[in-house]
Amino acid sequence: MAKTEFVIEPGQQDIVIKRTFDAPRDVVFEALTDPTILAKWWGGPGEVKVDRYEARHGGQWRFVSRDDEGAEWAFRGVYHDVVPSERVTYTFEFEGMPGHIALETVTLEESDGKTTYVSNSVFQTVEDRDGMVQSGMQSGAEASLDKLASLVEGS
Amino acid sequence: MNSLASDQLSLTFAALADPTRRAILARLADGEATVNELAEPFDISLQAVSKHLKVLERAGLITRARNAQWRPCRLETAPLDSASDWITRYRQIWTDRFERLDREIDKLQRNRKERDHGQD
Repeated sequence: MAKTEFVIEPGQQDIVIKRTFDAPRDVVFEALTDPTILAKWWGGPGEVKVDRYEARHGGQWRFVSRDDEGAEWAFRGVYHDVVPSERVTYTFEFEGMPGHIALETVTLEESDGKTTYVSNSVFQTVEDRDGMVQSGMQSGAEASLDKLASLVEGS
Repeated sequence: MNSLASDQLSLTFAALADPTRRAILARLADGEATVNELAEPFDISLQAVSKHLKVLERAGLITRARNAQWRPCRLETAPLDSASDWITRYRQIWTDRFERLDREIDKLQRNRKERDHGQD
């Protein structure tokens, strides 16, 4: 079972997430950047609509996540850089809290056929980082678990 | 968005962002202590320790007895619980996402293999 490592230090503005995937990095990159595949794993509850997805330098992205009760949360940003199979850098903004923008960089490193994924999110303030989950990530763990269960049972 | 809750969370995280204050909390996890007892292991003045205690008190992480002569400090765990709830929730969201991503990666790899065999 792959372990996900989180570094969330009190009083800091960043969050680092590390995870190893049992696949070469071009496969991981495809799963991360193909909009059809992305919609299947990125969301929490309900469904995710990929409204806009231009994974290239200067391109824009926008996802709308909708829960079972029909409530919608939209997220958007701009790609600063996309280096195939290596690195993606983009901004992240929850439309419900405009102006609170994070800069995220995802890097992929391959070794022995496995890929280490490292995501680094830097927020503008410590408060932005700490408030992030209550606002943008409201999706909630319970709903995610429900979805996970139905995916597992369905496969 | 519950701004009250997130303000409390910011206070908690800010209070935890100092090694001396974390050491004070660790000491209080063993039981109540007076300011003098808390100051003992540190090479800082009583006044500095009092300042740290004020920050912890404002964040609701400790309370101080009102009537006892030595006003011992006591650890309050509720704000720590909500800080750890926050982290747990965030971890859960990403752990779930990665599990779904694992399955998508598996599918991709299977599709690629089938495609490669198809070309033989």
